[in-house]
Amino acid sequence: MEEIADKGIQVVVGLAIFAAIIGLIMLVVDRAPKSGREKIQVAAFLAPALVLLAVGLVFPALQTSYLSLTNRDGDFVGLENFAWLFTQPEALVTLRNTLIWVVLVPLLASSIGLAYAVFIDRARGEKALKALVFMPMAISFVGAGVIWRFVYAYKGAGQDQIGLLNQVLVWLGQEPRQFLLDAPANTFFLIAVMIWIQTGFAMVVLSAAIKGIPTEIVEAARLDGASAWQQFRNVTIPTIRGSLIVVVTTITIGTLKVFDIVRTMTAGQYETSVVANEMYTQAFRAGEPGRGAALALVLFLMVLPVVVYNARLLRKQKEIR
Amino acid sequence: MSTVPVENRKDLLPEVKDDATQGRSTQQKRVKQKLTSRRATAAAIIIAVIWTIPTFGLLISSFRPESNIKGNGWWNVVTDRQFTLENYADVLSPGGSQSPNLLSYFVNSLAIVIPGTIFTLVLGSMAAYMFAWGRFRGKDGLFIFVFALQIVPLQMALIPLLQLFTKVLAIGDFQLLPSGTYAQLWVAHTIFGLPLAIFLLHNFIAEIPGEVIEAARVDGAGHSIIFWRIIVPLATPALASFGIFQFLWLWNDLLVALVFSGGGADVAPITQRLAELQGSRGGEWQRLTAGAFVSIVVPLAVFFGLQRYFVRGLLAGGLKG
Repeated sequence: MEEIADKGIQVVVGLAIFAAIIGLIMLVVDRAPKSGREKIQVAAFLAPALVLLAVGLVFPALQTSYLSLTNRDGDFVGLENFAWLFTQPEALVTLRNTLIWVVLVPLLASSIGLAYAVFIDRARGEKALKALVFMPMAISFVGAGVIWRFVYAYKGAGQDQIGLLNQVLVWLGQEPRQFLLDAPANTFFLIAVMIWIQTGFAMVVLSAAIKGIPTEIVEAARLDGASAWQQFRNVTIPTIRGSLIVVVTTITIGTLKVFDIVRTMTAGQYETSVVANEMYTQAFRAGEPGRGAALALVLFLMVLPVVVYNARLLRKQKEIR
Repeated sequence: MSTVPVENRKDLLPEVKDDATQGRSTQQKRVKQKLTSRRATAAAIIIAVIWTIPTFGLLISSFRPESNIKGNGWWNVVTDRQFTLENYADVLSPGGSQSPNLLSYFVNSLAIVIPGTIFTLVLGSMAAYMFAWGRFRGKDGLFIFVFALQIVPLQMALIPLLQLFTKVLAIGDFQLLPSGTYAQLWVAHTIFGLPLAIFLLHNFIAEIPGEVIEAARVDGAGHSIIFWRIIVPLATPALASFGIFQFLWLWNDLLVALVFSGGGADVAPITQRLAELQGSRGGEWQRLTAGAFVSIVVPLAVFFGLQRYFVRGLLAGGLKG
């Protein structure tokens, strides 16, 4: 109990300090001199976030970029780490896996989420049905790792299976399999976990978007005799396009950064590593910060097109307004 | 599962809309629509079942005696009804160093996540407000830059940030953000959450009618009054929905905790402990199943408790594209 009280005090003190800082900023904003008032106010509102981002993200990222050009002793080696990355078999497997992840997870999670949102729209018990699929989103990756390792659990052919998937194989008259050990299929079994988690996110956001479609449009389509599929393709999809893009890009970024699932389920062994995990392994386990940094940069370059697309879309929307 | 006769699941079928349009549609079309919706319902049920079973199996297992969990599959509870709370007592109790001692880690998770979420929301919405309604040069460029920061992988920032906390922000033994407390985790989580927070909240805040803000400006209100009296109340739905997501993401986190918590029962969150248990006791399913459930109770409660508010927030236009 005493321990819990100590921790509670720490939290209260932390919140109080934060409140004091915000209070101070508001004071500055209110008391700003008439000349250049707008500038001071803008700066005061933006400063905390921008300073944190500059110190905590931008500067470290630059430092890491330089690291990618050095070897384990900190000597400058040019593009050697990138040469390693694009020629060595172990690194190539990592790149291949990441591509598979980043194609499959956003695609399947968004499609299943969208399909489910459409299927249960206005169904009786919609809320409960939604909650079932959203629930994995609330579960930590580590918890999901436990859940799915249990589903994939393996026992020898003669024994009782404790993993559901192997039991299904046995019921179908097949041999039980080591789902997480046998490459290359094991990557897909890890991807399934991520899809299981992300589908709920896609479903909740898209379902809300579907409910936001003006009823007049739906009624008009129905009066014109559009079939369910035609309504979906010609009314639903174009109307929720914005939300769909937000969902796909958010999941894409999340997938590229995924680390916990691979780390806790296979630790990247058995040819399951992905760039984010390999970066951790190289930088923090293998003592190769240069290679880790190079992997981080490759990750950055992979997400760049997604962000550029999103940014251009954003600008276009602003022009319309 | 797909053999379940769908006709019998009336409770899950979408309600047939009984409106004027139906009288006008032909018999044939009605049959076709019904078939489509029936197939859709079947697909929805299959998805719901697949999404629920892994968690359900783990929940059942967590209440089974150790020998049963390890001996046969959880579906055997149909014939073998033995349940116990011993697994939960075991993982929660503060026993020796061998004990999972999850209660302490559970408190840590709360102490990390609640301030981490509040800090991100306050600083993120302040910045988002200025990006939406402030008047300064280079606004769009700066905003796109902040948005682009989402793609900087966490791993890229971790080591420089850790050095910053322990070496740069320290004078002798005094650390501005002392190790062995939650402070480093709060700041790190806030930094990593800000780009997405600013982006999503900006999208919502920019939608607030300009006349409202203009009127307040004409009345002589400064930015701090407009922000706290107009923006924050109107943006509450977006703040709530992003807050819930941020809460879940922080609870999910493993990587940031690994780097900044030091790993002891003083600071480390429950995900980190669960990952440790998976590594060192991968076959101790009685502990892993119960432990996994302890770790997902809070996020599930948050989700179910705030679901109505969350969905209402989304419907009001949060996250709309």
